[in-house]
Amino acid sequence: MPLIWRNSGRRVLAFRDLSPAAPRVRVMLDGQALDLPEGANLAAALLGAGVTVFRRTPVSGAPRGPFCMMGACFECLIEVEGITRQACMMQVVAGMVLTRPGGKGGA
Amino acid sequence: MRTVDLIVIGAGPAGMAAAAEAAGAGLAVVMLDEQPGPGGQIYRAVTGSGAVRGDVLGADYLDGARLVEAMRQAVAEHLSGAVVWQIAPAAEGITVTYSRDGQAAQMRAARLVLATGALERPVPIPGWTLPGVMTAGAGQILLKASGLVAERAVLAGSGPLLYLLAVQMVRAGQSPVAIVETQGAGDALRALPHLVRGLRGWRVLVKGLGLLLALRRAGVRRITGARDLAVEGEGRAAALTFTAGGRGQRIACETVMLHQGVMPNTQISRALRMEHDWLAGQHGFAPRLDAWGESTVPGVFVAGDGAGIAGAVAAEAAGGLAGLQVAHQLGRIDMATRDMRARQPAARLAAERAIRPFLERAFPPAAQVLAPAHGTIICRCEEVTAGQVRGWAKLGCTGPNQTKAFGRVGMGPCQGRFCGLSVTALLAAAHGMAPEAVGAYRIRPPYKPVTLGELASLDAGEAP
Repeated sequence: MPLIWRNSGRRVLAFRDLSPAAPRVRVMLDGQALDLPEGANLAAALLGAGVTVFRRTPVSGAPRGPFCMMGACFECLIEVEGITRQACMMQVVAGMVLTRPGGKGGA
Repeated sequence: MRTVDLIVIGAGPAGMAAAAEAAGAGLAVVMLDEQPGPGGQIYRAVTGSGAVRGDVLGADYLDGARLVEAMRQAVAEHLSGAVVWQIAPAAEGITVTYSRDGQAAQMRAARLVLATGALERPVPIPGWTLPGVMTAGAGQILLKASGLVAERAVLAGSGPLLYLLAVQMVRAGQSPVAIVETQGAGDALRALPHLVRGLRGWRVLVKGLGLLLALRRAGVRRITGARDLAVEGEGRAAALTFTAGGRGQRIACETVMLHQGVMPNTQISRALRMEHDWLAGQHGFAPRLDAWGESTVPGVFVAGDGAGIAGAVAAEAAGGLAGLQVAHQLGRIDMATRDMRARQPAARLAAERAIRPFLERAFPPAAQVLAPAHGTIICRCEEVTAGQVRGWAKLGCTGPNQTKAFGRVGMGPCQGRFCGLSVTALLAAAHGMAPEAVGAYRIRPPYKPVTLGELASLDAGEAP
């Protein structure tokens, strides 16, 4: 689930968007609707929406999230329409269906 | 199969300069790049979403737009979103296979320039696999391409990039909680003798001093000489712990951005079986090149940080030199023209390289990272610890490739990009051997994972 910090009643995220006015489109993440900036880098958009855990590892089920943001580390792997992709190498498209790979430990 | 004069892989400063120079001399050049727009990582999104954030990212970043413009004017074909996964040099030309929008394709060229840049050095410390821990480079990419700034971040490690990122965060109105630096006073002393010879690269020093001054003005807390770094957290990063000034410390945060310098991305140069040398000052491998950047694989050039870390200005110069030599080899410019045009970039390259020995000693990778504790994960994909690799060494495992059979290290999706140097270092230490004698993983295509659908989509245009 997205991790959201509460601070004096205000929603505080790990990242702040310097241009929050960008037009948003709806995608589905594990069956839940999320509105992300259209055309944005998918990994960045998910981080900006408060999603920190992108998958669990097949070896131990440990949680993982984006690490290098340049297509080298493969930590931000996420299923897009059923195909495992690097989220940091994708762009947000309206109607995307995203699933977080569960690994051994389950989602 | 379609054949051109030159294929350039990577649209950072080296690749853009090489492509522009060669195309300017009349060569048919195709640029292949993984990202949605040109710039590489240093100038990521510089003519896209980053262009509006010059006030945060600074003038040096915006300068990348000049290179993009020069490339766009000279090079007819720039294929963005193209992931190269196989290269086959042969007598009839160098065949490059890549995927774009789920469709695989092939192209052949007389010459190839690899400008695939640098990767962050792996930072194997306890907790570095937790969500919320990322590289400082990732932090910068989030700023450049997506306008995201971390709300409560600790920057940790060593190197000028930490200062640049911190200053950019300050300008974005979100100072980091602290910068925890692993280099200490001893490193500064060891670096000093290299300062005089490095003065030709004075611009870098002036920029660095300016960054430090800006951090002081902004009141950003800096802690140097930190050891035993670890990230704590249940399911995600919650704090950075370390020892400094003789006592244990803990800084709560949501994001940890790690940096221990960058290293050449040798994935493709290794796959092509180029000769590589160990660069002791950079604690890493780089392909062996001639003065123009041509590797030990004839016709294949390497330019930019992939040939040894020297920064964006040096990369642009090296790219220009490679482009000139390719144009000369293919008969578009004579030797005198080549040499005349090479004078300026060659001088720039030498000046930029002169400062590196100073920087390498002032900001060395931490001992903790070069020789991780037994329990620390070094292979993130397969979750292999340093202790496991040391155990295999005791059992007689001598080479990086053999470690794969012992415990799948380096066999996950990143294909050894973030554990290769650690495995080489661990085996070298265990056997008392030099890193170059231990060697590195053997890299094979596909360089990046491809789907069966992409493979099936490949129309080679001839019998296999």
